[in-house]
Amino acid sequence: MTALGAAEAQRTAPALVSLRGVGKTFPSGLVALADYDLDVREGETLTLLGPSGCGKSTVLRLIAGLAQPTAGSIDWSAPRIENNIGFVFQDATLLPWASVFDNVFLPLRLGGFSHEAASPRVDEALAHVGLLEFSGALPRELSGGMRMRCAIARALVTRPALIMMDEPFAALDEVTRFKLNDDLLALKRRLGATIVFVTHSVFEAAYLSTRIVVMSRRAGRLIDDIRIDPELERDDDYRTSKSFADICRRGSLALRVAIEEATP
Amino acid sequence: MIHKRQAIPWRDIGVPLAVFLATLALWEGLVRWKNIPPYILPAPSVILATLIQDRELLFSSLIVTLGVTFEAFVIATVCGVALALLIAQSKWLERALLPFAVALQVTPIIAIAPLLLVYLQPGNAVLVCAFLVAFFPILSNTSLGLASVDFGLRDLFDLYHASPWQKLIYLRLPSALPQFLTGLRIGGGLALVGAIVAELAAGASGQGTGLAYRIVEAGFRLDIPRMFAALALISLSGLAIYGALAALSHVLLRGWHESARAQDA
Repeated sequence: MTALGAAEAQRTAPALVSLRGVGKTFPSGLVALADYDLDVREGETLTLLGPSGCGKSTVLRLIAGLAQPTAGSIDWSAPRIENNIGFVFQDATLLPWASVFDNVFLPLRLGGFSHEAASPRVDEALAHVGLLEFSGALPRELSGGMRMRCAIARALVTRPALIMMDEPFAALDEVTRFKLNDDLLALKRRLGATIVFVTHSVFEAAYLSTRIVVMSRRAGRLIDDIRIDPELERDDDYRTSKSFADICRRGSLALRVAIEEATP
Repeated sequence: MIHKRQAIPWRDIGVPLAVFLATLALWEGLVRWKNIPPYILPAPSVILATLIQDRELLFSSLIVTLGVTFEAFVIATVCGVALALLIAQSKWLERALLPFAVALQVTPIIAIAPLLLVYLQPGNAVLVCAFLVAFFPILSNTSLGLASVDFGLRDLFDLYHASPWQKLIYLRLPSALPQFLTGLRIGGGLALVGAIVAELAAGASGQGTGLAYRIVEAGFRLDIPRMFAALALISLSGLAIYGALAALSHVLLRGWHESARAQDA
């Protein structure tokens, strides 16, 4: 497939989930999201970028079913996808008393798997993130990056078609973040899941995504929808290439507009 | 990076032990130097001699008091955890039941004991007193633990459609463990206090054979060294109970909870 063909294929891929006119107002009256439309298409790495309080995390929580919309509809292409979503939170959110193995085993355990039946899948997920030899360690014994890897393995273990990532690398140092970015891309190539990613970093968005949606705090307003060729090789050369710089510039401009709109 | 188990540093045992021995030496020296008679303040050596001389009497009483304390503590733990689980199921149950538990806690046990002695056999009254004071800290700490589950982990369990039972077993109970153990440490010490207080109140009715009864009895005879000997046994029992529960807490929380790790540092 040509580069153009791949980009076109992704643009026309079926939507896994469609949000139409979605709103979320909390009982306190705080409007977290209003009149929001979004199609998440199969195979894409979609990054939501926007100023604080624009509702990025709310979109993830609504898609994952962790919050219910107060307006609009969320439509799924298949219930099987809706019922099996991976989620990586801002913090690793591990059970502090459980080993790395047991933390990754948790989603399968809650799904009724026995230890024996789940074991190969847990090991496979741990191998994907390079934590197999640490399966007996407790979260306290791991570095921040390793804890996040454990959280990613836990999100992968149910083999979801859709994975939500809510600023997963924000708390990590730059070297660890770059490494985890590359690992995530490798995983994505190997497993092919659709990813919805939230970040504050334009550079991270430009490096990881096949599509960047820049959100505004104003109801229903989408500042920019940037498509990035999925065939593009993501490596150190890409980080210093003109196309990367162009995407970052466009993303930064859109983000600036979003922030100016957000400031009264 | 990998956490290593550390030996207990000498300062944890050595420093308090040195201070304790120095205090005893000072006490002994003061009594000998000032020739204080044993019926006013017995020297530590006299108390030790009394402990050895009256060992059969005192240790059989110690067994009675510790038996009541242990029984009350076990019942308080079972009831405290059961009620905490019940309260955790609904706000309505909490509103309905918690005021009673609080009322029991804030009413001094010494004021309830005479009433219990009217209604119950002295042995049972002592048990109920010890139970009542140990029960509340276990209930309130366990309740607090069950309610204070990390929001992120709660989301995680919701994401995977965990049943209420699964949330209880895999999330809420382990989350509550540190606070539950704090409740046990407080409750264990208080069960001994409750047992002693009730024995003191029941003492005059003549059926008590616990340590507090020995103190009252020795007081009547002005046998001050025996009073001190009984007191020393009560103190040591309290320390032993606290130490055992602190050790249990350390073993269960080691490696993952801040409270246990802080002691390792």
